[in-house]
Amino acid sequence: MPGFWQDPIGFIANLLHSLLIGWGLPAAVVDVILSVLGAGALAMGAMLFVIFLIWYERKLLGRIQDRLGPNRVGPFGIFQSFADMFKIFTKETITPQGADVIPYNLAPILAVAAVLLVWAVIPFGVNIMGANLSVGVLFVLAAGGFGELAIMLAGWGSNNKYALMGGFRAVAMLVSYEVPMVLALLVPVLLANSLNLNDIVRAQTVPFLFTAPVAAIVFFITQVAESGRAPFDVVEAESEIVAGFNVEYSGLKFGMFYVAEFLHAFTVSMLFATLFLSGWRGPGAEQIPLLGVLYLMIKTFLVYFIIILFRGSLPRFRIDQMLNLNWKVLTPLALVAFFMTALFDKSLAQLGVVGNDLGAQVIRTLVLLVVNGIILWLGERWLSQATRPVRRDVRLTKPAVVDRYPGAK
Amino acid sequence: MLNNWLYIGIFFIIALALPGVAIFLAGVLGPKKSNAEKRATYECGIETVGETQIQFHAQYYIFALIFLIFDVEAVFLFPWAAAYGQMSFYAVLEGLIFILVLMGGLAYVWKKGVLEWK
Repeated sequence: MPGFWQDPIGFIANLLHSLLIGWGLPAAVVDVILSVLGAGALAMGAMLFVIFLIWYERKLLGRIQDRLGPNRVGPFGIFQSFADMFKIFTKETITPQGADVIPYNLAPILAVAAVLLVWAVIPFGVNIMGANLSVGVLFVLAAGGFGELAIMLAGWGSNNKYALMGGFRAVAMLVSYEVPMVLALLVPVLLANSLNLNDIVRAQTVPFLFTAPVAAIVFFITQVAESGRAPFDVVEAESEIVAGFNVEYSGLKFGMFYVAEFLHAFTVSMLFATLFLSGWRGPGAEQIPLLGVLYLMIKTFLVYFIIILFRGSLPRFRIDQMLNLNWKVLTPLALVAFFMTALFDKSLAQLGVVGNDLGAQVIRTLVLLVVNGIILWLGERWLSQATRPVRRDVRLTKPAVVDRYPGAK
Repeated sequence: MLNNWLYIGIFFIIALALPGVAIFLAGVLGPKKSNAEKRATYECGIETVGETQIQFHAQYYIFALIFLIFDVEAVFLFPWAAAYGQMSFYAVLEGLIFILVLMGGLAYVWKKGVLEWK
């Protein structure tokens, strides 16, 4: 039996396993019980972690806006979120007139579940992970799709025009941003030759941020957009469509959307850290897995900090700007980056630059870095020309009459 | 392997149950004093007019359609990318031609003006 520090999860699992077998339970039942315990602990941990995240983000946003942020409840206001949580439990949940009850009630649950599901496959340490799926990347994509579905259900089920508009925008925007996201995700898969998230972490002797910076940038931007926060929060744009898809939600149903948003932002940071910042890897992480958890959290909070900086400093895009950015900048960039990475990596392998020795790694990293730099430089030059919107003539003395419905009368 | 999928299944149920139970509890704990005014659909200070769940602009539909095409093609690329290490140079070239076709598709859609938000 391995020691606790080598394999904490395995150690506890073994302990419980022998204990339950000792009680005379069949092995299959014991497996189910252990899975329930593990999954329950991870999911509960994630949900409780959100309480801390909300405090952290409010505090940082406060500082960015020259305020103190929460500072009354407990030291540094750290218990503010607990107070808010208990308060929201005692609030009335109102179902609006004419709401489509099933999608309306299913949406907040799905929104949280979709984000939580990603946690099941993220490797927190060398052997600390929920499920070691061989198709982890595809699973992450599928779980992401659930979140979009939840927003569409909320928009459609609320029987409110603002909510419906939010739902429409979700269809156009969230779904569009999935395209460059998938294309950017292909690059780490290609470099690691595996869809398993733990294999992808293991393959990052050099973090993929350095071998695939274009894919990393595209992935980061699309993930911020997918989590629906500023500057990409057009689905709940307060100044345009009030609160978008969640305008008719109250009490804890709204609270669940709130939790889902914060957890989503943290989860995408964790995904980014896993895919591009070499996840749990660090000195000593192979021997002491708990150290890997620490490394992953440090990297994740670094990314999360940048996401909060985005939210605190950038104004919201218009929806046409967002779609332009997606289809005319990010998608071509991701396609070209994927193409070039595949071409150059294989060419290097043909030339004999392959394997894990230092020289090969350095040459490979340098070549891919230069290729990515050229893509970014040329892409910026060309795309800034090609995607510039045509300016409308503003010198008109009277408004132009547009025949919206030609031949209507 | 099977154990992993068992875990995912159980995790899915728990992930659905956690918010579900919380919402149920809040429903039990919270006040229940609903009335017609409260339940009225929100609108900016006026009564809401007409149907809500209307037909929507075809623009959204077109974007969803382009997404579908690209996503299905990306799904074809995943096995190719996962097997990339074992492939010969010519197999990689074939995949690259497929990506070129994808780029051609994007250029066509762009040229057609479908990507303009109107």
